Amino acid sequence: MIDEKDKLKDADTLTAELQEFRDEVVAKYPKKVAKKRARGIVLSDPSTPPEIQANVRTIPGIITQRGCTYAGCKGVVLGPTRDIVNITHGPIGCGFYSWLTRRNQTRPTSDSDANFIPYCFSTDMQDSNIVFGGEEKLKQAIREAYALFHPKAIAIFSTCPVGLIGDDVHRVARHMMEEIGGGINIFGFSCEGYRGVSQSAGHHIANNGLFKNLIGRDDEVRGSLKYRVNLLGEYNIGGDAFELERIFEKCGVNLLASFSGNSTIQKFENAHTADLNMVMCHRSINYVAEMMETAFGIPWIKVQPIGARSTAKMLRKIAQYFGEQELTDRVEAVIAEEMAAVDAAREKARRRTAGKLAMLFVGGSRAHHYQDLFEELGMTTVAAGYEFGHRDDYEGRRVIPSIQIDADSRNIEEITVSRDATRYRPRKTEEELKALEADGMEFNEYHGLMSQMEKGMLVIDDLSHYEMEKLVEKYHPDVFCAGIKEKFCVQKMGIPLKQLHNYDVGGPYAGFRGAINFYKDIEMMVGATIWKEVKAPWESEDFVEATYVY
Amino acid sequence: MTSVNACKQCAPLGACVAFKGIEGALPMLHGSQGCATYIRRYLISHFREPVDVASSSLGEEATIFGGGRNFSVGIDNIISQYRPKVIAIASTCLSETIGEDVQRLIGEYRAAHRGEVGLPEMLFASTPSYQGTHCEGFHEAVCAAVKALANGRGGKAAGRHINLFCSFVSPEDIRHLKEILADWGVSAVVFPDYSDTLDGGSWGAYRRIPEGGTPLEAIRSCACASASVELGYILNAGGRSGRVRRNVAVQSAGEYLQGAFGVACRRTGLPVGVGETDKLLRLLAQLSGKPVPEKYRRQRSRLLDLYADGHKYVSMKKAVIYGEEDLAVALVAFAVEVGIKPVLCATGGESGKLQETLRETLGETYPEEMAVGQGMTFEQMEATLQAAGVRPDLLIGNSKGYYIARRLDVPIVRVGFPIHDRIGAQRCRLLGYEGTTILFEQAVNALLDDRQRKSPVGYKYM
Ligand code: SF4
Ligand code: SF4
Repeated sequence: MIDEKDKLKDADTLTAELQEFRDEVVAKYPKKVAKKRARGIVLSDPSTPPEIQANVRTIPGIITQRGCTYAGCKGVVLGPTRDIVNITHGPIGCGFYSWLTRRNQTRPTSDSDANFIPYCFSTDMQDSNIVFGGEEKLKQAIREAYALFHPKAIAIFSTCPVGLIGDDVHRVARHMMEEIGGGINIFGFSCEGYRGVSQSAGHHIANNGLFKNLIGRDDEVRGSLKYRVNLLGEYNIGGDAFELERIFEKCGVNLLASFSGNSTIQKFENAHTADLNMVMCHRSINYVAEMMETAFGIPWIKVQPIGARSTAKMLRKIAQYFGEQELTDRVEAVIAEEMAAVDAAREKARRRTAGKLAMLFVGGSRAHHYQDLFEELGMTTVAAGYEFGHRDDYEGRRVIPSIQIDADSRNIEEITVSRDATRYRPRKTEEELKALEADGMEFNEYHGLMSQMEKGMLVIDDLSHYEMEKLVEKYHPDVFCAGIKEKFCVQKMGIPLKQLHNYDVGGPYAGFRGAINFYKDIEMMVGATIWKEVKAPWESEDFVEATYVY
Repeated sequence: MTSVNACKQCAPLGACVAFKGIEGALPMLHGSQGCATYIRRYLISHFREPVDVASSSLGEEATIFGGGRNFSVGIDNIISQYRPKVIAIASTCLSETIGEDVQRLIGEYRAAHRGEVGLPEMLFASTPSYQGTHCEGFHEAVCAAVKALANGRGGKAAGRHINLFCSFVSPEDIRHLKEILADWGVSAVVFPDYSDTLDGGSWGAYRRIPEGGTPLEAIRSCACASASVELGYILNAGGRSGRVRRNVAVQSAGEYLQGAFGVACRRTGLPVGVGETDKLLRLLAQLSGKPVPEKYRRQRSRLLDLYADGHKYVSMKKAVIYGEEDLAVALVAFAVEVGIKPVLCATGGESGKLQETLRETLGETYPEEMAVGQGMTFEQMEATLQAAGVRPDLLIGNSKGYYIARRLDVPIVRVGFPIHDRIGAQRCRLLGYEGTTILFEQAVNALLDDRQRKSPVGYKYM
């Protein structure tokens, strides 16, 4: 859908410049560091993606945007579920800073539907706990939380000091489950911040916990028997899940569970009764998809309902998978209906956005997914990268066998999952799967970010603060997408920054209506004149500071 | 005992704020990178400015073999990318728990690089968060910086200037304090001065380390000042109440200078309200030997006039006041002065001194029916109100009280830290007669707005 004329005029010059950028930026580091950093900065080539270094420890003293294992486990994956009481075992900071900072939304169905998202439970460890152990205090916290709310489940998250002083959160969980009784579910996570390279380790730990402690505990088949799906890796930032729920409902697709936007315990426990898993954020949740396939026989496919065309593509994939005309017709009708408004909004926005440049440095999937939206706007993503992606998120799952297992990955407990003796049920026969594949459907596959980027564009893993400054200084993109940590640096340089962790209180951006919201927001940002006023009229043209401004 | 919806943050956060007040400084947290990321994120959402904080990114390995290597690699990289004048280091729970000796690491780094040009100053504040709050971290860092830099070697130009240790206040308030001193003609070192570093303008070119901050020379000269003024009665006293505190003898910067260099230390509260502002100005008059400038006499009299105008709208209104301890004391003093009835004064701090400080500060105006909660969470505040059957009309404190305000359907006047659901936290003015003017107007208008919104008839005249 990109018009040729919207594209950058001189691709070769740009490629040469990007190459130059890499050499320049790396030269500023001490030698050893430079060598290491250079491996994380590559030029894209969609036909044969180059190897990129990813998911390795950030070098000390390099300001990274990465968070910690705890943040990935508690903040990202488990945080959005409304009826689990999440207790942070540790000193106050870790829990406080992860208190509702991700803007995940949730929609209780009634007044009696529990919602603990506005709460921040912490054991608030004191020095005596560090010296004498904190297990008693943790038990106390669980008792207090139970007395206060009578939740169905309580999860415990370990912060750095916990592992160091040797508190066993799993033992405490078992003990308290017995003490409280009544079928309460209590489980712990060893997600101490130092354990992994980034949030990503925490996602994996959370995935394991979801599978061990929640998925498959409730076999009752509820609702329609038709078109039963789960959406994995959707966290309902800015109401994204609500928009997707709306679309599924309109299409008659039965969404059992989102992991974990707008989710509940029951949805997790019951998710294994679905017939198809769709993976949105591959990085944070592919483990659950794999485990559910092994144990219950549910196939998974990659989807990316960010961007209107991509949303339509997802719906068509669902229809193709279930292979019923009734669903296909309905999906097509919905797409046709929704696209009318989308097309109008897009055409209006494109008048301002076409030909502009974007940079995307965010997450473990968003830096990829949002390229769809920018394509729809006729914009080029000249540089992109993840904060905590792995090589497969860049180069595609085909490289998984060749990824080196280092000490950091070994740190994460691997759970062995086997076929469930009674509940494993292949959703499709071998022949059916073959036929679907022959028809272009891909199972267990993700091609990664580089498959989508134009040749010669920059791909940078774990972009450092310093590199970001250089990047913006040099290219002045029309919009830079990242998070709040980057926001004010980029804006100081006169470039608008779109927050894609929390959408700057905007959103939703998923689905059809989300796409419209995004078009409008980007149109507004690249069109705003405020950015051009950084320089006062009385400042002379050759004033040093002016060289960086349009 | 455990915590549901805490009313405090952790110590290294406070340390980072204080370090941002040193010119040319880059803070580094010795610990795992998650803390630095969370803390940056949190500070940025309040100040809406770049807040660079490096980390030594300790991993599992370091928890066994120590963080020495990460530490020196971290320092190397900071120097090569940022060329700071100062690297200001704070510990985190992780480095404290594994017992890292950061002073030693600094010594070793210096020894290994002896003779190299352009080596930055390095200083260290011990800030384990399992003791005290972000406030303790802040004051600990102020004291650590003064100890490291004001070592008396800067010569003795004694008696000419004063030190003003301004506490955890907004950049706008720091600017106002500097304005007062300038109007007075009092030469002073204001520390930590993050009024530019955490509230800068738009830049044409990116500055890796923003301009501003208290110059190193000025901090060095703290040792030969004629006196120190500390704003706040409690400061980092909470760090002293821990049971197993080992490695640091907690003191404030003023106390240290008094002990080490005989610089007289004078304390007064945060100047909010007429009474507390009077105290500061009287102290400055005393120390400088100059009368209060006319400008402030006028500001004071305008404020009193405003009090008279607005009094009837706030009189006897019940308020919940919460936040850092010294801030809470100042706000209660203000509230009582204008006729607002504080029903609950709560803090997450645990110095154990809040109640006595309130009594001392308020004297006979101390509101006996006010509940005072130390080491409190928002959950406990709500429970306290419920148990007492009190429904406040107004909350005065940071954004975190929002849920209580929402449930009770009452307004919040946002002051303190964090304010991340409104813009303008950097410019939140509170101090002096002028700051008080703004605060008072906000309180009155919040109450009027609430009444107007809830009124069945609607009125547009007061
Ligand atoms: S571990 Fe300590 S220093 Fe780090 S965020 Fe948690 S409380 Fe703060
Ligand atoms: S790195 Fe450790 S201590 Fe720091 S925020 Fe993460 S869990 Fe907490």
